[in-house]
Amino acid sequence: MRVALFITCFNDTLFPETGRATVELLERLGHEVAFPQEQTCCGQMHFNTGYQREAIPLVRRFVEVFGDYDAVVAPSGSCVGMVRELYPMAAELANDKKLLYEVEELGDKVFELSEFLVNKTGVTDVGAYYPHRVTYHPTCHSLRMLKVGDAPLELLRNVRGIDLVELPEAKECCGFGGTFAVKNADTSVAMLGDKLRHVLDTEAEICTAGDNSCLMHIGGGLKRQRAGVRTVHLAEILASTEER
Amino acid sequence: MSAAREEILRRVRRSTRDVPGAEHPDDVPVERGYRKTDDTPRPEIVERFAERTAEYKAKVSRLSEADLPGAIRDALEACGVKGLVVPPGLPEAWVPDGVKVLRDGPGAQLTNDELDRSDGVLTGCALGIAQTGTIVLDAGEAQGRRALTLLPDYHLCVVREEQVVGLVPEAFAVLRDTVVGERRAVTFISGPSATSDIELNRVEGVHGPRTLEVLIVG
Amino acid sequence: MTIIRHQPEKQAPPDAFSKGRTPTFEESAKESLANSQLRRNLGKATQTIRRKRAVAVAEMPDWEELREAGRALKSRTLRHLDDYLVQLEESVTRAGGQVHWARDAEEANRIIGGIAKSHDAKEVVKVKSIATDETKLNEYLEGEGIAAYETDLAELIIQLAGETSSHILVPAIHKNRSEIRELFMRELGVEDLSDEPPDLANAARLYLRKKFLSAKVGISGANFAVAETGTVCVVESEGNGRMCTTLPPVLVTLMGIEKVIPAWQDYEVFMQLLPRSSTAERMNPYTSFWTGSSQGSGDGPEEFHLVLLDNGRTDVLADEIGRQSLNCIRCSACLNVCPVYERTGGHAYNSVYPGPIGAILTPQLVGIGQSGPDSLPYASSLCGACYEVCPVKINIPQVLIHLRGKIVRHKQDEGGLMGKLDPENVAMQAMGRIFSNRKLYEGAQKAAHIGQWPLAKNGTIHRLPGKLAGWTEARDLKPVPEQTFRDWWKTRGKGSPSNGSSGDGAS
Repeated sequence: MRVALFITCFNDTLFPETGRATVELLERLGHEVAFPQEQTCCGQMHFNTGYQREAIPLVRRFVEVFGDYDAVVAPSGSCVGMVRELYPMAAELANDKKLLYEVEELGDKVFELSEFLVNKTGVTDVGAYYPHRVTYHPTCHSLRMLKVGDAPLELLRNVRGIDLVELPEAKECCGFGGTFAVKNADTSVAMLGDKLRHVLDTEAEICTAGDNSCLMHIGGGLKRQRAGVRTVHLAEILASTEER
Repeated sequence: MSAAREEILRRVRRSTRDVPGAEHPDDVPVERGYRKTDDTPRPEIVERFAERTAEYKAKVSRLSEADLPGAIRDALEACGVKGLVVPPGLPEAWVPDGVKVLRDGPGAQLTNDELDRSDGVLTGCALGIAQTGTIVLDAGEAQGRRALTLLPDYHLCVVREEQVVGLVPEAFAVLRDTVVGERRAVTFISGPSATSDIELNRVEGVHGPRTLEVLIVG
Repeated sequence: MTIIRHQPEKQAPPDAFSKGRTPTFEESAKESLANSQLRRNLGKATQTIRRKRAVAVAEMPDWEELREAGRALKSRTLRHLDDYLVQLEESVTRAGGQVHWARDAEEANRIIGGIAKSHDAKEVVKVKSIATDETKLNEYLEGEGIAAYETDLAELIIQLAGETSSHILVPAIHKNRSEIRELFMRELGVEDLSDEPPDLANAARLYLRKKFLSAKVGISGANFAVAETGTVCVVESEGNGRMCTTLPPVLVTLMGIEKVIPAWQDYEVFMQLLPRSSTAERMNPYTSFWTGSSQGSGDGPEEFHLVLLDNGRTDVLADEIGRQSLNCIRCSACLNVCPVYERTGGHAYNSVYPGPIGAILTPQLVGIGQSGPDSLPYASSLCGACYEVCPVKINIPQVLIHLRGKIVRHKQDEGGLMGKLDPENVAMQAMGRIFSNRKLYEGAQKAAHIGQWPLAKNGTIHRLPGKLAGWTEARDLKPVPEQTFRDWWKTRGKGSPSNGSSGDGAS
């Protein structure tokens, strides 16, 4: 299938390795990957922080850049959630019926990586090899907004060499929440504390998730504690093979 | 006062301007896809009622009609009930000898103080709900005014098997005539009064009867 | 035991519904987060009730159908609220009750105070009602020389302590048994009291029984009121609700106008949704349904007054997205699952409506443009746990985001130059421009990598400046790498044509 990669500004700038892994993975599975270089940001930060008029041009831009593709895939549950669940709200705010129609059309074609693989293409074994002890944190937007369910876990269970260990209270929010992590830093860190405790309880080397935003928060906490546990995006685990 | 009424209604209308003028309330779809009736066999429904009522710390016994007077006498004796409140319409055969009967009736109502000083109350009920272990009183025959089952510390309630319904919607359907037609008050009782206000520890018995005992007659 | 007339030691602090500025959520949360006992009590309580709720809900094969019916019934009601209110008034009047309308808190208090005074009542007994907390009825009555006794155990505890509720359902969730024991010994004059919950509950029973028997006026809230029949309902556990609505000869019920439901049959939906969502029970111990006054039957109050309260509700109704907030049946399931509430507790919200539902209701009820209430929609990580459990399907995250938009637009449009020069606004405007243009965006990526050099040490950022410092108080930050993804893509596009992927869209 020909898929457009929606890298997200966050991964593009801060986590290029996740983007590279996504490309390698999709190509290994026989997909043709396009990267529309006009893409910038989906507008989530603006929209969720309340700068919603400012997000509208970014919504329009996204529709222009991605509107013609059959499938758009992103290694981020929360950015896909923005496009699928909140773009209609932005179009309503813009009072633009045409835009509303366009974003509703587009919403059906935008997928988070694991749901694209499992639900859209029916693949659960991507031929990956990753000989590490790993625990998976289901990020809130993947879990409750996109309802990806067990798709990421199904993929991970089929990774060869992996020692996958269940995260206690996994469905609890890690406390990131976008600008919440800065505006309500105290509460955010209080939530993070419990998440870190649960991660450490698993004795995993790696904590993975489908969103680098949450992982940056969890990883930042782990690193500050010198916990010796790393965070790695799901795409990077799935892209790993015995050769590399 | 009526100025406030007009003002509030005007505000409501202004706030719902987006609702098309021709829309009737029934035009707003309400999908009632939930269970309305319970097709579980009757014996199981009654058994479930007994189990679930007991789960909320009510004492529950099942017995035959013939054993009822004896069971009532034993229950009252076991709880040391001497002054017993009796609502109008309670079958005379239920009232044991040897207790002081405090009769409440339209002509001669017991005062709240008398009710407060009594030891217990014996009633029938309007319904039982198996799904939730609930006893429903509707101020009808053998139940009396609400205060009767509120101030005494002990409530002994007789439920006939045929009065037990399976699900909550069945109960509201049965109660409809009482409420719409006669405007009688309805009380749902699920176990004795309880609080979880202190560290979420459940404590039975705060303000209502601290002991609820249910006799299911079949 | 001797009973002395209690005098609360301290006045309850102001909240969003009282006069004066309240602190922001961030300010108040700091204090709550540092209270170790509160953290433990709350953590234990919310986790317990959360688990129990999940069990009670799992037992219901038709839970989703009930939620949908609940949502739809509320939507029907709100879209035609004027019709239903008029119908409710007719039904209650026909059943011998009197209906009063109150535009705001002050008007509601005046009406209720007037009724009490017309019966020469010096004392009234109250069953837990958040609507009366919202109108500050107790303070008003006190000023009129009328003592209002809270009869719900938790409400009694916080009234005696001179505090405010921290949870919709379990207002004293922040207090433990030894604190309650000390409080009762001091305020109720009880000697030899243990800290066992049954003993504490019994002390309250003895103290309040006298009040129930002597009060001339009872005051309640309402969980629901049926337009078709005028039947009002109070859902409770302890029996104090039955006492207040049955024993005093006069009953006054204050209810928000959104609490009306269309028909008697609709109770079959809400009476299944509410108990399981709130106390995680199949059914709560006591529910009272009454229709009008006793009308000579001798059962219940001879006089019944229903006060219908607006107090900002019609403003909530006017907002097509915010309107769903009025679906709320005050079950508190959203509080119990909220990771923010679990850690900060209710007081941080500075409102009678705490937690996720409070974060959307409060600013809408009191109006946007005050720093305290305006901070509430930001008191959420948007994790969505609240929406998942809401029995009437209020999309709380959606409303939170919508309100954030309203708050920012209000600041930008009404805030004058200060609003425009707000550093956050300036940064957001700049970033909006950058994201709208690929060249600016790619330039900013480079600048971010170069600009971070004073901060990044050995591949980590330990401290950020200014408003962003909150991040690095407890978290390290990964620096911006030299090569962005798009840089890699470009080099790859040139170097490895074999893979068949294309870098189109370049312009």
